[in-house]
Amino acid sequence: MSTLTTPSGDRPALGGSIGAVSAGRKIKDRIVQALVYLAFALAVVPLLSVLWTVLSNGLERLDGTFFYYSMNGVGGRDEGGGAYHAIVGTLEQVALTSAIAVPIAVLTAVYLVEYGGGGRLARAVGFFVDVMTGIPSIVAGLFVLALWLLTLGFGFSGFAGSLALTILMIPTVVRATEEMLKLVPNDLREASYALGVPRWRTVCFVVLPTALPGIVTGVMLAVARVMGETAPLLLTIFFTKAINTNPFEGPQAALPTFIWEQAGDPNQASIDRAWTGALVLILLIMLFNLGARLLARMFRTVSR
Amino acid sequence: MAKRIEVSGLHAYYGGVHAIEDISMTIEPRSVTAFIGPSGCGKSTFLRTLNRMHEVIPGARVEGKVLLDDEDLYGPDVDPVAVRRVVGMVFQRPNPFPTMSIYDNVAAGLKLNGVRRKSRLDDIVEESLKGANLWNEVKDRLNKPGAGLSGGQQQRLCIARAIAVQPQVLLMDEPCSALDPISTLAIEDLIAELKSRYTIVIVTHNMQQAARVSDRTAFFNIAGVGKPGRLIEIGETSKIFTKPEQKATEEYITGRFG
Amino acid sequence: MTTDTGVSTTAAAAGGRVRDAAIGTGRAGDKIFASAARGSGILVLALMAAIAVFLIWKAIPALQKNEAAFLTSEEWNPNAQPPRFGIAQLAFGTVVSSLLALAMATPVAIGIALFISYYAPRSVAGPLGYLVDLLAAVPSIVYGLWGLLVLAPRMEGVSGFLNSALGWIPLFGGDSPGKNSIFTASVVLAIMILPIISSISREVFLQVPRAHVEAALALGATRWEMIKLAVLPYGRSGMIGAAMLGLGRAMGETIAVAMVLTFVPGINWHILEDGGTTFAANIANSFAEATETGRGALIASGLVLFVITLIVNMAARAVVARRKEDA
Repeated sequence: MSTLTTPSGDRPALGGSIGAVSAGRKIKDRIVQALVYLAFALAVVPLLSVLWTVLSNGLERLDGTFFYYSMNGVGGRDEGGGAYHAIVGTLEQVALTSAIAVPIAVLTAVYLVEYGGGGRLARAVGFFVDVMTGIPSIVAGLFVLALWLLTLGFGFSGFAGSLALTILMIPTVVRATEEMLKLVPNDLREASYALGVPRWRTVCFVVLPTALPGIVTGVMLAVARVMGETAPLLLTIFFTKAINTNPFEGPQAALPTFIWEQAGDPNQASIDRAWTGALVLILLIMLFNLGARLLARMFRTVSR
Repeated sequence: MAKRIEVSGLHAYYGGVHAIEDISMTIEPRSVTAFIGPSGCGKSTFLRTLNRMHEVIPGARVEGKVLLDDEDLYGPDVDPVAVRRVVGMVFQRPNPFPTMSIYDNVAAGLKLNGVRRKSRLDDIVEESLKGANLWNEVKDRLNKPGAGLSGGQQQRLCIARAIAVQPQVLLMDEPCSALDPISTLAIEDLIAELKSRYTIVIVTHNMQQAARVSDRTAFFNIAGVGKPGRLIEIGETSKIFTKPEQKATEEYITGRFG
Repeated sequence: MTTDTGVSTTAAAAGGRVRDAAIGTGRAGDKIFASAARGSGILVLALMAAIAVFLIWKAIPALQKNEAAFLTSEEWNPNAQPPRFGIAQLAFGTVVSSLLALAMATPVAIGIALFISYYAPRSVAGPLGYLVDLLAAVPSIVYGLWGLLVLAPRMEGVSGFLNSALGWIPLFGGDSPGKNSIFTASVVLAIMILPIISSISREVFLQVPRAHVEAALALGATRWEMIKLAVLPYGRSGMIGAAMLGLGRAMGETIAVAMVLTFVPGINWHILEDGGTTFAANIANSFAEATETGRGALIASGLVLFVITLIVNMAARAVVARRKEDA
């Protein structure tokens, strides 16, 4: 042990002073720092590029015609034409999707948190909800195609698109709701039980209302997410250039498929419409996104 | 190699909160200095200013001077990384790196400082583990994870890790508060052995411990909630525990508050 | 967009909930509500099973008519008489483009996570993190449009440079580097999977115990050394899981890839040259003209994609879950 007191050759410098960190270590530290900053810049560049090109190219056709007219009778080369039919389609499809997905998802989350109790079924459901978040959206479309259109014999419709989007929306909403339900203090449940309130009323009138703002936030984020889905819609709502306000019958348009269609046409007039479609879609998504975040923030300040 | 620490006019802040106020003291080499005082009196904060660990908390800053044998730790050209090499630290909860073996834990600091040769590393790891009174317990399982040891063994592993780089000062932040009495005794014995080679500063909640292990004791206190912590007095441990100069110290020692 | 990362804690935490409120179970309302909740959970499981069953069922007739080897043929002519189709080219394009995207995205994503967790000043870390999350909010059709009209033209020069500098590597070889190549598609994919990998890595880094960070710093570690000692070992399996989830995303991505790639039949190992397709892109591009057998063939290829992504995702979840148990 006596060796400890005698500094030996290749031991770190122990002169009288604090000393310095070796240049090599410092340089390495600086290089990593530079790389880390670079990584962040690498992510921001495409983001800004995407937002900038969508904005600058999209403003070209952001006019009244775009919002008031469909593409009915408008050729790829023609100026004018609009996305009215697509906007109507998207809004209807997303509304239908939410109407189907939200009750299922919220009930599933209630099951996982309030009833499942970590049992085998609950664990399986929880695991597959996670796995479901990874299902490629095109597979959801293929499933609805195989079940709804090919097996049950229904035709292309906005509703078929909603069914596909439902599969994509459920896991997101389940996760968000689950998180919120877990945040509800157990005291609240116990207080309710102590008053002799049955369990289902406790869940419906105590637990869910407490978690509601958080659930709504989660639903809005999920809506923003499915709104931009294209692939499943190609297989389920198909294409139309005309206005179809009935989501239950006949092909419908949607903003993403509108962009897909217009971008597939090499004429500049079509490309312009595609960019404007992209701008409108991003604005819609941002609206839901920011709305959700605003709601979350408002709720947070209230609860404190 | 142990060094004298001279602190003058030291203030520490967390964001806008003034945590400790105007502390000046001398810490003697090759001795154990204990910091005692009620919770929130700033003794741990002050300890962390002695190896510039205070400033790793976002928004935290320090004013004043800490001289380590005439060299200011807070001097303009001093790299905090170099400071922490010469002023080692042991924490309240044992914190060996969980993914590393016992051997690698002890060697971690050496490898940072460029010791690469296996035979040299082997020697220093053995010396350090012996120095921490842990060698006999772990010599057959040096490649097992450090997290598999008992709490007391983990804490001695952390001490071995700290002394492996041959620091000049060893700071200990309530090193026994998470340990059982037998492990505590082992650590206290170790401190008594280590003080012949290092300047040791120990923060403790336990006054008997301060009385047992330290040569000098510093008492810290706060004037009230939200007020900064201050040094009330520092002196020979025997004197502080028998004839303190300040009334507050006496009240604390005799258990009237805190 | 934090919820769609899905690594949050699962039902395990529910174990501690009040469960002994069984006194009221005799009431009809309780029974109905409990079974509705349970039913929804079962419906989710049934949905997963149904996806597999119906895809298989609708794929079989087309597979029976197929005259080519489904797994190994590079042809895709399901609308012809007799139909001949195989997934070799689709599998090649899917795997190569996703792995390439993963190789590009993972280091950058981990860099971003480190930047936000350990380098950026704390006051701006939150907003910067939100900025990266915005990348996830941009829909894939917009990435497709951008990739086709903005990125692809600029990639021509990059591909040409890589071809002339690294042409001796077979993957970067070939005579005519283009812009609508698998390489361009993988760059778009890399951008698209950045946010998921970085947000999960960030979550993992947030959980690194402060004690380990301080232990490293107190030993005299520089910031990078601290990250190497305390952060990366702790977060390793979490980062692997994150990368695998990113891989799953990349393999399933449809529209952006479909827009960027120009279809040329046959496997081409020269990824800088125009051509290539993936499972998903092929479905999007061929569906409108597909006959009945053609649709069946697309469903069959989708089934393969489903199985592959399922395996990747389950493995990723298992890795992430194992880390939780260790911790």
